[in-house]
Amino acid sequence: MGIGKSLGMEKGLGENVILTKLNDIVNWGRKYSFFLYPFITACCGMEFMSVAGPRYDMDRFGAALPRFSPRQADLMMVVGTISHKQAPILVKVYNQMAEPKWVMAYGVCTVSGGFYDNYATVQGIDTIIPVDIYVPGCPPRPEMVLDGLIKLQNKVQSEKFSDFPKGPSPVSKPKM
Amino acid sequence: MLNQYAGVLILILLAVGTTVGMVVAASILGPKIKFPDKMEPFECGKSPLVSPRQRFSVKFYLTAVLFILFDIEAVFLYPWAAIFKQLGWFGLAEMLLFIAVLGIGLLYVWKKGALNWE
Repeated sequence: MGIGKSLGMEKGLGENVILTKLNDIVNWGRKYSFFLYPFITACCGMEFMSVAGPRYDMDRFGAALPRFSPRQADLMMVVGTISHKQAPILVKVYNQMAEPKWVMAYGVCTVSGGFYDNYATVQGIDTIIPVDIYVPGCPPRPEMVLDGLIKLQNKVQSEKFSDFPKGPSPVSKPKM
Repeated sequence: MLNQYAGVLILILLAVGTTVGMVVAASILGPKIKFPDKMEPFECGKSPLVSPRQRFSVKFYLTAVLFILFDIEAVFLYPWAAIFKQLGWFGLAEMLLFIAVLGIGLLYVWKKGALNWE
């Protein structure tokens, strides 16, 4: 439960100046300190290495540190084709990520299945987990990824406390 | 005398204050939710607990045996290829005989339908 929900602040205070300012400050902190979970399955991974490396340098945007445990990550970058065999794993990792969490669909295969228009491939990861930002391309240029990252930062800045927690993926079995 | 160490004390207080402040702020402001799938140990997206007695098709048995058979063929071929020149025609004849025997075996299992999954 975020502060907005647990204290009923948004209900009680509405768009009060204190709450909105606090919201702005928290969002400012969040958007410049993404910890990535690189869910890399395919060839876009090469481009991810390029964008994470010193030449394009995602570190400039505060999104530097890949974490290989979802407990420590808040931005899941789904890089590469997701097959139906892989889909439950993706959903589980998404579920196990710490709140607040965001998802970037990196490359056209994750956005829509790409040219893998077949029975084996998930036709867009937004059919199984919520996606915040789509970066198409086969593979996307590093500049496109950085542009997507900046757009995601703008989105994070405009979020409210009540947008969280996002909870489990809609397709995972509700065992609450 | 002790005045010299006032800076150290301030530094300690600042460090502890920052750390505790961050933890407290995160615990107040951070959204939290617990559900069974999330609370499971992280096992790279797989379920951490599965039964060791999983069942699988008996057809894998035949496939595995046939694989080992022809795998051994490849294992023999490599050292043979390495010293092929020393062995000369004798080595070639021996290996062709060996492959012929295995080839007859392959034809046999093919005819028996062992290579068909269904």
